[in-house]
Amino acid sequence: MDLVLSTNSRGQHIIDQVLSTSPPHSQHMDLVLSTSPLHGQHMDLVLSTSPLHGQHMDLVLSTSSLQFSGAEVQDVGDMKEPELDLRQSTHEPAMCSSVWQCSLLHQYENLVLQWCAGEENWVDSRTIYVGHKEPPPGAEAYIPQRYPDNRIVSSKYTFWNFIPKNLFEQFRRIANFYFLIIFLVQLIIDTPTSPVTSGLPLFFVITVTAIKQGYEDWLRHKADNAMNQCPVHFIQHGKLVRKQSRKLRVGDIVMVKEDETFPCDLIFLSSNRADGTCHVTTASLDGESSHKTHYAVPDTKGFHTEEDVDRLHATIECEQPQPDLYKFVGRINVYNEQHDPVVRPLGSENLLLRGATLKNTEKIFGVAIYTGMETKMALNYQSKSQKRSAVEKSMNAFLIVYLCILISKALVNTVLKYVWQSEPFRDEPWYNQKTESERQRSLFLRAFTDFLAFMVLFNYIIPVSMYVTVEMQKFLGSYFITWDEDMFDEEMGEGPLVNTSDLNEELGQVEYIFTDKTGTLTENNMAFRECCIEGHVYVPHVVCNGQVLPDSAGIDMIDSSPGVSGKEREELFFRALCLCHTVQVKEDDHVDLGDGPGKSPDSAKSCVYISSSPDEVALVEGVQRLGFTYLRLKDNFMEILNRDNDLERFELLEVLSFDSVRRRMSVIVKSAAGEIYLFCKGADSSIFPRVIEGKVDQIRSRVERNAVEGLRTLCVAYKRLAPEEYEGACALLQAAKVALQDREKKLAEAYEQIEKDLVLLGATAVEDRLQEKAADTIEALQKAGIKVWVLTGDKMETAAATCYACKLFRRGTQLLELTTKRMEEQSLHDVLFELSKTVLRCSGSLTRDTFSGLSTDMHDYGLIIDGAALSLIMKPREDGSSSNYRELFLEICRNCSAVLCCRMAPLQKAQIVKLIKFSKEHPITLAIGDGANDVSMILEAHVGIGVIGKEGRQAARNSDYAIPKFKHLKKMLLVHGHFYYIRISELVQYFFYKNVCFIFPQFLYQFFCGFSQQTLYDTAYLTLYNISFTSLPILLYSLMEQHVSMDVLKRDPTLYRDIAKNALLRWRVFIYWTFLGVFDALVFFFGAYFMFENTPVTSNGQMFGNWTFGTLVFTVMVFTVTLKLALDTHYWTWINHFVIWGSLLFYIVFSLLWGGIIWPFLSYQRMYYVFIHMLSSGPSWLAIVLLIIVSLLPDVLKKVLCRQLWPTATEKTQNVQFQNHVSEFTPLTSLQSPSSQHPGCVVTPRGSFPRPVTCVFWRSEEYSALSPFPGLPAHCRSSVRLGCWGSDLETPRNGPGP
Amino acid sequence: MTWSAAARGAHQPDNTAFTQQRLPAWQPLLSAGITLPLFFCAGLAFIGLGLGLYYSSNGIKELEYDYTGNPGTGNCSVCAALGEGRAPPPKCSCAWYFSLPELFPGPVYLYYELSNFYQNNRRYGVSRDDAQLSGLQSALRHPANECAPYQFSAAGLPIAPCGAIANSLFNDTFSLWHQRRPGGPYEEVQLDRTAIAWWTDYHVKFRNPPLVNGSLALAFRGTAPPPNWHRPVYELSPDPNNTGFVNQDFVVWMRTAALPTFRKLYARIRQGDYTAGLPRGAYRVNISYNYPVRAFGGHKLIIFSNISWMGGKNPFLGIAYLVVGSLCILVGFVMLVVYIRYQDQNDDDDDDDE
Repeated sequence: MDLVLSTNSRGQHIIDQVLSTSPPHSQHMDLVLSTSPLHGQHMDLVLSTSPLHGQHMDLVLSTSSLQFSGAEVQDVGDMKEPELDLRQSTHEPAMCSSVWQCSLLHQYENLVLQWCAGEENWVDSRTIYVGHKEPPPGAEAYIPQRYPDNRIVSSKYTFWNFIPKNLFEQFRRIANFYFLIIFLVQLIIDTPTSPVTSGLPLFFVITVTAIKQGYEDWLRHKADNAMNQCPVHFIQHGKLVRKQSRKLRVGDIVMVKEDETFPCDLIFLSSNRADGTCHVTTASLDGESSHKTHYAVPDTKGFHTEEDVDRLHATIECEQPQPDLYKFVGRINVYNEQHDPVVRPLGSENLLLRGATLKNTEKIFGVAIYTGMETKMALNYQSKSQKRSAVEKSMNAFLIVYLCILISKALVNTVLKYVWQSEPFRDEPWYNQKTESERQRSLFLRAFTDFLAFMVLFNYIIPVSMYVTVEMQKFLGSYFITWDEDMFDEEMGEGPLVNTSDLNEELGQVEYIFTDKTGTLTENNMAFRECCIEGHVYVPHVVCNGQVLPDSAGIDMIDSSPGVSGKEREELFFRALCLCHTVQVKEDDHVDLGDGPGKSPDSAKSCVYISSSPDEVALVEGVQRLGFTYLRLKDNFMEILNRDNDLERFELLEVLSFDSVRRRMSVIVKSAAGEIYLFCKGADSSIFPRVIEGKVDQIRSRVERNAVEGLRTLCVAYKRLAPEEYEGACALLQAAKVALQDREKKLAEAYEQIEKDLVLLGATAVEDRLQEKAADTIEALQKAGIKVWVLTGDKMETAAATCYACKLFRRGTQLLELTTKRMEEQSLHDVLFELSKTVLRCSGSLTRDTFSGLSTDMHDYGLIIDGAALSLIMKPREDGSSSNYRELFLEICRNCSAVLCCRMAPLQKAQIVKLIKFSKEHPITLAIGDGANDVSMILEAHVGIGVIGKEGRQAARNSDYAIPKFKHLKKMLLVHGHFYYIRISELVQYFFYKNVCFIFPQFLYQFFCGFSQQTLYDTAYLTLYNISFTSLPILLYSLMEQHVSMDVLKRDPTLYRDIAKNALLRWRVFIYWTFLGVFDALVFFFGAYFMFENTPVTSNGQMFGNWTFGTLVFTVMVFTVTLKLALDTHYWTWINHFVIWGSLLFYIVFSLLWGGIIWPFLSYQRMYYVFIHMLSSGPSWLAIVLLIIVSLLPDVLKKVLCRQLWPTATEKTQNVQFQNHVSEFTPLTSLQSPSSQHPGCVVTPRGSFPRPVTCVFWRSEEYSALSPFPGLPAHCRSSVRLGCWGSDLETPRNGPGP
Repeated sequence: MTWSAAARGAHQPDNTAFTQQRLPAWQPLLSAGITLPLFFCAGLAFIGLGLGLYYSSNGIKELEYDYTGNPGTGNCSVCAALGEGRAPPPKCSCAWYFSLPELFPGPVYLYYELSNFYQNNRRYGVSRDDAQLSGLQSALRHPANECAPYQFSAAGLPIAPCGAIANSLFNDTFSLWHQRRPGGPYEEVQLDRTAIAWWTDYHVKFRNPPLVNGSLALAFRGTAPPPNWHRPVYELSPDPNNTGFVNQDFVVWMRTAALPTFRKLYARIRQGDYTAGLPRGAYRVNISYNYPVRAFGGHKLIIFSNISWMGGKNPFLGIAYLVVGSLCILVGFVMLVVYIRYQDQNDDDDDDDE
């Protein structure tokens, strides 16, 4: 028996081994026991045969105990002692020969008890009867588990539960709940406003949201139905039957044809191909369009027809569904009449996932194991945790302030009311008697209802429609990102994707960018540069744009020709490269290549290699140019074409696949001569320690040289395996592969054991070109005040070279190293303190520099840290002061303009992001990456951006936004982010402002109506103010506003600094807006008050009433609030005009209509002709105009003065832009420089400028933001600028720098 | 997102000005250069307008008299004292004598003013039934609950018109007498009591219930007048076209005022010899003093005023315009200074950068 036991203490593992290695039927009880943890019902059996139980237990335990090492015993012994009464009754302690045996028994009993208690949840594996056939009698008697059918339900609601469920979900939002409460208060007590006023907006909001959600759900239903009803072929009694997909059950045998998608997760039984493989593309699952090969279970791959398959008698045991797409463990028991069942391991290569598509294979048979909502695809369809933007947080803070204001207003008014009413004639004058019941109500109750009534009266201060508007803005606004043509990548045919629209504005707030290197900064388009075999360097043809570069023709041997053994090594090296990979050859070319080996290596270039890793493709292609061509994998034989055009066949025995922890992969192959080789390739750091032979030093120096040049290096090593060694390795692997639990870990251990004592062959260097404009983008981002960190798994030298190439580090950058190498010399403590001293000294002088205005030549530090050093820093210190190093480290980082973290494991990337995210300034972080290894940091950062790259789509799927190229980040942040931030901050502030304007006059009115909660405005106005009179302009603003043009934002990244740190939503700004609102409210109210004070305002001497008063205030308010927005609008498209003037017009038309008709459904007619009468009075018009102007005046004044006295960079740019547009038409310039018609001004008409001249003019203009040309009069100047702006927008910046 | 593997990728975005956010747009800027002239222009315009308004308001004459009858303030104090603490107060009349040294130019409007009277109190303001007032039969029999405690009379009859507003209808009456010659007889000046209410209120909003046998009284049968009223609603005025709910005084009163001190139009003087105004001479206003205001600390005033295009005397608007206009100009100057001064400084800054 060959057992590898994990240190996992669950009893099941022992059983696993027993099952897979022992002949089962002869020892019946063994099997019962072995399956018992999987299927609780057998516990009954065990219990009922309790006299036998202990004995068999002993048997099992004793057979397996031979294999236990001390550690395992320890582990088992550590197991918690279950407290069971059952134990005593069924087993005597004497039966347990040792402590651990005893506890093992306890473990089983624990399971027994759990089963008896009806807890099924512990069952973490399932058994499936293939074709619903019971296993042969005498095997095991399972009670089938219940599985869901194959119905996919992505919809949230059904027709019946939509209304209650949706309502419930909506009212769970605090704002909606607040309005519901207000509405209920209005219904219950006698309040000044009818329930309609808050009920209608709430209804509106709820309805709009419900419609949106309902629509989305309807779409989901439709998609679900399409999925659930699509026909599926499956086998019933040896015949092919068509059924709807949703009727599929676990255990059904399904037939899938080419280009169909799999209806559920299937275990691949057989395909029409003889080798039992099929090709699958998972484009719709993870976006990887490459074809992946899956393998049928070897014992069933011969079943090609329906009848054959129907004869199959097998059970499958596998884990319960879990969402990881790439992990699967299970095993299949195939029964046949003659022999004992055959047990085979099942892995993810046998599993066909729902959603994947069958390619290049006519048909396959498979058995359903996970159906419906248990498929891996469905499990993966889970919304990610909600990220909340900084804007949303400030919004909530403001809301709380307003809630406090609301409550204090209501309190103040309630108290004042009772103070004022203390004089009896005020409370109840003869003309206004109370009813009996009112009189009898207790004072406390009256005060409380009054308080509630005031709350209701002022409740509009918390804008009900803000949430809807914000949501709509985010939802609609995100379309501008997806529509953006500049971010559309022609090559890939992909544009940006928005997965979360909640974070649009966060894009404008980014302070730290964490970027992956490979595939993000670089193209991940690998080109084989050279290889080094035992110190000899080989450079293949470099094909560049179809041209062969002259200086690198053929194999360039730097050293003298290698000796015989060298020649042998060289060939071995090339073979290794040809064999040690997981590249597939695209099938289409398969036919062409199948002609035979008569083709020259160059002509075989037509074949297309596909791999999940571009490095591998580059290597295989590179080695092809060096003479060895990999042809295909056929029947487990890898065929390669050597230099002499001979076909060599190697049997592929094992693939020790790549993972990012090991950072290497191996294959075990058997040559035609019967020799067994292990070829291993991987990162130098993971190969060198395992090498026992070879020219390590030469190769290491070459590797390091290449790394400095920014090349990706891989080392290749091999080992010849003796047959018995291979047997051992094979057994080791097999054992690990069949394990149901911790298979990963066991495999890793097995790999570790096998991949050692290697012989180093050589190294390869692959170049990964920088993405276009990567340097430009990084430069722009740094100018925007964003700190860019590169996090990569690459070597330090490679990564540093890339950083130089993409201008993250510049020539003047002083590099600080915090690496393991340096820490060998000094302790971490010393290094950190030394670095911080350097950095802090510089930052001290830096602030002085900025004061003196000579900041151009500032010191610029770059930090390089590696994974090992980082984990040291992150590790808590023994003495408990864990944060000390972290703080120091953060301090250093803060003062560095660029940080490079190399040798990072995926989790460390996330750790770094987290570290910065929770540092004391709480900066907004952005992570960008393209690969699966970046997912953790993408999820961790405030904003996660996925690059739709070559390494599949995991990053893009898990990100908030996905972009095709790194360069698109520039527009994403600098333009879209900036815009969205400006837009949403205005939206939030404006909403609060307009509601202060709205409610504050009502508050003031209470002082004049005896605190009787009389409303100032009519119900219709109260209701419609937020939802129709003032809603659209701000929504439009928040979608369309561009305070500066896109080109300017792109050209001048420094503008981004203007909005950093949530600048537009600071408390100062918020208070300004609030006070502006209060001021405006005072103006409206007292303006109207003095207007109405005791005098008729019409020429016929008639008097106006209170509703006219309110309408006047309201009219002024609607106009002021709308015009305030108009003042803030910098970008007036026809839509803005339409909406702003349209909504004012709508207000007027509505008011005319509302007052012009006696509405039969109203119980009161207080607004009848009020508006029209108001307009018939001259002074009303005058007052309206005056009050609007007075209300707007301070804001205009503030704007103009601030712009003049303390202009922000944005405002300066606006000025320049503005002058360019209109200087010829405004009196401004003539005011500034009176000689607008300067006789001496001779300017060539624009467009006819010679180009260099344009640039010169440009530059001088750029630095003089507001200033005119000293020499040139304004008129000339403007035309010069127009020439510049119109002709070439990119040139000036990219031209000669300052 | 849906389950279907819908081809999401290869869709080239629409290349329209809208989707690319490049719609042609006007991009104005509130720079000092633009606002300066605006400020000056607006300031000048406002000052001009303000002067006009101010003088136009100053040209309006007003004559007012507080006849509340606080002790020692004319002969109405007798009536006030009589009515003290009695409800309903006894009938009483008093008079106000005044003389005009010169013509009080017309058209002259007669107002009464009440102060400290909260017509805008919510309980008071809702205490009416617009359906009843629009002549709806059912509402006549079943007044709205808001009318309580003036919904049903003590006898259980529905009150028409119901509610606190109607119940507290102002019931002082005035008549104006002119003594053309000193010592001569007082001649009554015709007060035009029509068109003192809004035309729409009087003609559209307020309707009497349909007549029964041609009689308004029968239409109101089965209802009770408000407790404070001495006569039923159909006898508000002897004029059959001005009685019931459609009564000028009543309609005026029912339009509740915005503020606790308010005026209501009582009559216009424009008939006969008085078209041009009130000529020089002595006048007497006979007041039938019925309406108690001292109980809630209120005042009653009687006011003669003439009216211009902009209504009555109200210096506020003129002054406001003047103030805002001057402010605009002042701010304009401040901005000009800032503009000129800091413009140079900005230039200097920029020069430094270069």
